[in-house]
Amino acid sequence: MSASIQGGAAAATEGVDVSASRRPGSIRHVALREPTAIAGLAIIAFFVLIALLEPILVTGDPKEKVGPIFEPPSASYPLGLDGGGANMVDLLIAGTRVSLLVGFCAALVSAFIGGTVGVLAGFYGGKTDVVLMRTTDYFLVIPDIPLMIVAAALFGRSLTNIIIIIGVIYWTTTARLIRAQVLSVRERVYVKRARALGAGNRRLIFKHILPQVAPLLVANTVLLVAYAIFAETFISFLGLGDPSVISWGRLIENAFNDDAILNNAWWAIIPPGLCVTLVVLGATLFGQSLEDALNPRLRVGHLSVRRFKVRPLRGKLDAE
Amino acid sequence: MRTPLLAVEDLNVWFELPGGGELHAVRGTGFELEAGERFGLVGESGCGKTTAMLSIMGLLPPNASVSGEVRLEGENILARGEESVSRHRWNDIAMVFQGSMNAFNPVQTVGSQIEEPMHLHGVAEGKVARRQTEALLERVGIPKDRADRFPHEFSGGMRQRAAIAMALACEPKILLADEPTTALDVMVQAQILELLVSLAADFNLALILVTHDLPVVAQVCDRAAVMYAGEVAESASIDALFHTPKHPYTRLLFAATPDLHAGGERVASIPGAPPRLDQPIVGCPFQPRCDSAFAPCATETPILKSVGERHVAACHLNDHVREVATA
Amino acid sequence: MSTNGSKPLLEVEGLVASYPVGRGLVGAAKREPKLEVHAVDGVSFSLSRGEMLALVGESGCGKTSTAQSVLRLIETSGGSIRFDGEEITGLSSKALRPLRRRMQIVYQDPYESLDPRFRVGATIEEPLEVHKIGSKKERREEVKRALELAGLTPAELYVDRYPHELSGGQRQRVAIAASLVLGPELLVADEPVSMLDVSVRAGILSILDELRDKGLAVLMITHDLSTAAHYADRIAVMYLGRIVEEGPTREVIENPQHPYTQALLSVVPKRDPRERGTPQILRGETPNSIHIPPGCRFNPRCPIAIAECKTVDPELRRPAASTDPQHLAACIRV
Repeated sequence: MSASIQGGAAAATEGVDVSASRRPGSIRHVALREPTAIAGLAIIAFFVLIALLEPILVTGDPKEKVGPIFEPPSASYPLGLDGGGANMVDLLIAGTRVSLLVGFCAALVSAFIGGTVGVLAGFYGGKTDVVLMRTTDYFLVIPDIPLMIVAAALFGRSLTNIIIIIGVIYWTTTARLIRAQVLSVRERVYVKRARALGAGNRRLIFKHILPQVAPLLVANTVLLVAYAIFAETFISFLGLGDPSVISWGRLIENAFNDDAILNNAWWAIIPPGLCVTLVVLGATLFGQSLEDALNPRLRVGHLSVRRFKVRPLRGKLDAE
Repeated sequence: MRTPLLAVEDLNVWFELPGGGELHAVRGTGFELEAGERFGLVGESGCGKTTAMLSIMGLLPPNASVSGEVRLEGENILARGEESVSRHRWNDIAMVFQGSMNAFNPVQTVGSQIEEPMHLHGVAEGKVARRQTEALLERVGIPKDRADRFPHEFSGGMRQRAAIAMALACEPKILLADEPTTALDVMVQAQILELLVSLAADFNLALILVTHDLPVVAQVCDRAAVMYAGEVAESASIDALFHTPKHPYTRLLFAATPDLHAGGERVASIPGAPPRLDQPIVGCPFQPRCDSAFAPCATETPILKSVGERHVAACHLNDHVREVATA
Repeated sequence: MSTNGSKPLLEVEGLVASYPVGRGLVGAAKREPKLEVHAVDGVSFSLSRGEMLALVGESGCGKTSTAQSVLRLIETSGGSIRFDGEEITGLSSKALRPLRRRMQIVYQDPYESLDPRFRVGATIEEPLEVHKIGSKKERREEVKRALELAGLTPAELYVDRYPHELSGGQRQRVAIAASLVLGPELLVADEPVSMLDVSVRAGILSILDELRDKGLAVLMITHDLSTAAHYADRIAVMYLGRIVEEGPTREVIENPQHPYTQALLSVVPKRDPRERGTPQILRGETPNSIHIPPGCRFNPRCPIAIAECKTVDPELRRPAASTDPQHLAACIRV
């Protein structure tokens, strides 16, 4: 029919713009420039460091009585002593380990369950989706605290159980989030194209859908860490935590049981509470900025009060 | 010399880039528009035609800076930025956007959205506004009882007509249309274009049609400017652009557009890509892709100069042409 | 119906495909009849090797659904599709798998066609991996060959790039390369250039052109009649799920017989401002394919409709004024 112009030279002279817009999906780099992300990450890193250095920082048994009950802070014991006469600083450091461990593990359990449910429901749709989403709804409806209490009472108060309980409560939001994302990725042209050339479901899920969904899952998991640490604190505070380990929640529980308030021993209550708050804050800041980087909100420049600027005339060019 | 209805002169627009630096999107563009004239602004993606058009209405984002003049009946409406241009928005210059789905608020009836500018600009109120709205809808081919319907109840073509009615609400002198038919089927496109042409005639409207679709401009417009890399490459009557182009880009652009009856004629493709606008451009911006480039093209920027009756082009191939005195 | 005497590669007969449309709770409660979009409502055509057939029409005419049905990407409810003599409508997805190597598709949107996390080389290699063809080394060679066929030379420059580093035209070439790497015999191109700038379109279409010359059968879907007129060997015009006119390109373009084709061609804008002509603009818009008018589906908008048109559903047959035996139109008045 019609003649053609060679395409080879055409495409080649275009060249490749390597500095072109950042690849959508490598948000990690973008997020790490945000002040909130850096602040959040710094806080978490600080506590992780403390947890890792615990064997060096704490010598001997942190619960050992080293002085009178509820001794106020002094030079040798900057955070005073608790209701059993033990060094608050040592206790806090020891508690860091447990709290962080439970937090991270529970978040991972949640992310795994939620991610799997979300991917399966979103990808397969139909009956699978209905069944999985109904289950999710049931879990959503169950009030978490009574469930935690009942579960702890039924299954015993070990650390593993705590992790599982928390994991099982919080996977529902992740599942919904991931499912929504999978639904949208599934309709993308490149997924349809892969299917059209004969790719099986497994390949589609692992090679095309999961990589797109993973960043959101990571961001969500970081937020889950915040929830999980708080949940652990709460469970321990209720007296349902593992009695053989020290955690921040346990410290607060002990302080209450030992009437710290009556004794005006603020150093027994506030420091552990502050630690929880800081870690939760850090995880939230970091997780939130990751999520924000992944879901760029619609720019509302046109609603901005600032207006476009007018520069002075450059002087007329020779137009004629 | 008669003052043109709209004269754009030496228009420049810069956008601040997030990582620092600037994108010089419109680089000294200019053209003139007479009352009742149908003018096309043609170019491919990234040439700056939409930005230039938005500048005329002052609809630029906060990270934009603009310089140059936009003279409406002699008065530079861009002189004090937002303050001076907002007075003329919709009253004198109105716009129809591409993909009219975005032009309407989904939770308000179409009729109320057409009445809104009438209230805002004090053109009409209450029952009068209502009657004018119904008259406008009928004029664009929508039964007036549809005024109380919501945008999602309209088809694409009907919504575009409603968008045109909304643009005419304050009886402007100039109508800007940004790719008004790109998303529409060819039959609906023909209907909309026919509507625009008849409205321009009936209301003595000047029309600026911004599009990448050359044949649409060839059929609808009297004159057009072809833009490339933020500048006007050539501007002339549409007949001259097709039959006697004075810029290689214009010629190649037409050659790259297939035609129904052109038979075995080769369809051209233009190798390469437009230059980056965040860096200074040396010489003619089209030179790397031009099939007629010669010595001065890589180093000297060609100036837009007159090459015929109301015909200007920015190309060194015309350097030998003596200035033709224009009326 | 083939241009060279050999047996056609693809033969489609009476193809029917529809989608259910939701009635909503109220509709279901009122027991309203279940509605269907009759996207493809009895389509027949054939396509031979080394031939390009353009399916043209406006939105809702069923051209994309037809193409996807042919590749068994959507389910059909009637009719037959024979690929190289073999009936493929009843085949299971497992049985279809080997066939997928022989028929491929290129999509409209170059910005969404490529997985943003895959390098160009990986995208093009994927079909080979899926069908377990060749060793790693052999695949790399095939990828290079495909890139060159698609005009991306030197291949080394492109193999390790990510899609976001490429222009729209380059991305579409990558998509084409990925569809060629398996050596298909049939290529469906769904609006392959409609999202690209005019100046790069010819480059992409010329690739399809050359492949057609080398023996590939190409089914091109497009709403742009001018593009179809330039590149296709044959054109089939669709309206509301049916082919209303088909034939060799020059014949259909210069001597259209069906009133819809005539109107459509008259409103396509021409490049030359001196050729403004008299466009025959039809009133109203194409009705949706849920309620197809009885008789000839075009009759409500047809400028030459008569009483009989409301009751007779015309078949494709050679019009009296055609100059080519392969020119068919579905209209009782021609």
